[in-house]
Amino acid sequence: MSGYLGDVAVLARKDLRLELRARDTLPAMLLFVLATLVVFHFALPADAGDDPAYGLLWVALVFTSLLGLARAWVPEREAGALDGLVLAPTDRSAIWLGKTIASLAFLGAAEVVAIPAFVLFFAPLDAHALAGVVLASVGICAVGSLVSAMAAASRGREVLLPLIFLPLAIPIVVGGVGATISEEPGKFLAFLGLYDAVFAILSWAAFEYVVTE
Amino acid sequence: MAEAPLVRARAVERSYGAHRVLRDVSFELDAGDALVVTGPNGSGKTTLLRLLVGLAVPSRGTIEVELDRSRLGFVGHEPLVYRELTALENLDLYGRLYRVPERRERIGMLLERFGLWEARGQRVSAFSRGMTQRLALCRALLHEPELLVLDEPHSALDTQGAALLDQELEDVAGRSTLVVATHEPERLERLTTARLSLGTA
Repeated sequence: MSGYLGDVAVLARKDLRLELRARDTLPAMLLFVLATLVVFHFALPADAGDDPAYGLLWVALVFTSLLGLARAWVPEREAGALDGLVLAPTDRSAIWLGKTIASLAFLGAAEVVAIPAFVLFFAPLDAHALAGVVLASVGICAVGSLVSAMAAASRGREVLLPLIFLPLAIPIVVGGVGATISEEPGKFLAFLGLYDAVFAILSWAAFEYVVTE
Repeated sequence: MAEAPLVRARAVERSYGAHRVLRDVSFELDAGDALVVTGPNGSGKTTLLRLLVGLAVPSRGTIEVELDRSRLGFVGHEPLVYRELTALENLDLYGRLYRVPERRERIGMLLERFGLWEARGQRVSAFSRGMTQRLALCRALLHEPELLVLDEPHSALDTQGAALLDQELEDVAGRSTLVVATHEPERLERLTTARLSLGTA
C-alpha cells in the first residue's frame, strides 16, 4: 500500500504500537466502562424497565470514548512529534484519519467488553442497537479526533475537550438511543450515518487548519 | 537571467499578542548557502527558524521558500520523535512518510554514523539528551533535505557528538542550503556564507 492510504496505515499502526507498549489508554477505558455499568446496575431501581438502562449504555459509551480521546494526542504533544508529522510531506488529513482509525480500534475494543457486560447486567441488544453502536463509534472518533487535536494545542485541554466534544456528541446519543429503543430504528440509523458522513468530511477538511497556524 | 533565491525573507515580523519577537528581518539565500543566525536568548532565532519551515507564519512581511515540505529538514528545540518508540521505529516511521528510497539502508547508515546503532532497539524515553539530539539529527537528515534548518544543533551533544555533527555539516554544505541558529558560530566558520545577527525586538 502506498500514497495517502499507505500514510494513514503507517500512522494508525504507530498509534496501535504505542498503545500496546504503554497500555495507558485502553485499560483505563475498559475499567471505566465496566465500573460505570456496575454502578448503573446498582443505581437503577429493579423495576425501572429496560429503557433507562439503554440510555445509560449510551452515557457510558460517550464518556468512555471521552477518556480515550483525552489521551489521543498525548504522544504527539511529547517531544514535539506533532510538528514532525506536520512537516512531513504527507497530506495532513492523513494524520487525522490515522488517529481516527486508532481511536476507533480502542473504542471498539472497549465496546467488545462493554456490550456483553451490558447484556449480562441489564437487557439484550438487537441488531439495530449494535449497528447504532458501530455508526455512533465512527462519528465519535471522527469528531473526537479533530476536537481533541484542537484541545491538545491549548493550555486548558482537560476542560476544553469535554466542553467542545459533549455538545457535538448529543446528536450521536439521540441517534444511538433512538436506534436502540425506537419502533423505527432505521430512521435513527440513517441519521447516524448522515452525521458520520457530514462530520467526517468536515473533520477531514478542517484538520489542516487545526494543526497549522 | 539569475536564478531566483531559494529563500527570501522580506521585512518579517512576528508577534505573540503584544510581545514582538522579530522585527524587520530580511535576507535572501541561494542554493548551497549556509546562513548562521546568532543572537542572545529571546532574540527570535527559534521563531525565525519555525517561520522558515512553515511551522509558524509571520505577523507581517513574507517568507518564501522555493521548496516543498519533502525537501526540508528541521531540528528544533524538541526532537520531534515519539518517546515510546525505539530509535529504529521512529526513523522507519519518518522514512515511510518521506518515501525515502532504500529506507532501511539509509536508516542503518545514519544510526551507525551518529553512534546509535547499538541503541537502535531502545525506546527514546530511555535515551540521554545527547542521544535524543543525535536521533533528531538522523531524522532531519534521513531524506537528504535540500534546505536543512537547525536550531542550536550542538546543544546537549558531547564532544564526540558535536564533532560528528560538524563533520556531517561539512559533508552536506554546498549540496544542501543550511540555516543554523547557534551560540557557537565559530564552529561553523568554514561553512558560513552569510550571517544574521538578531537583537532583542
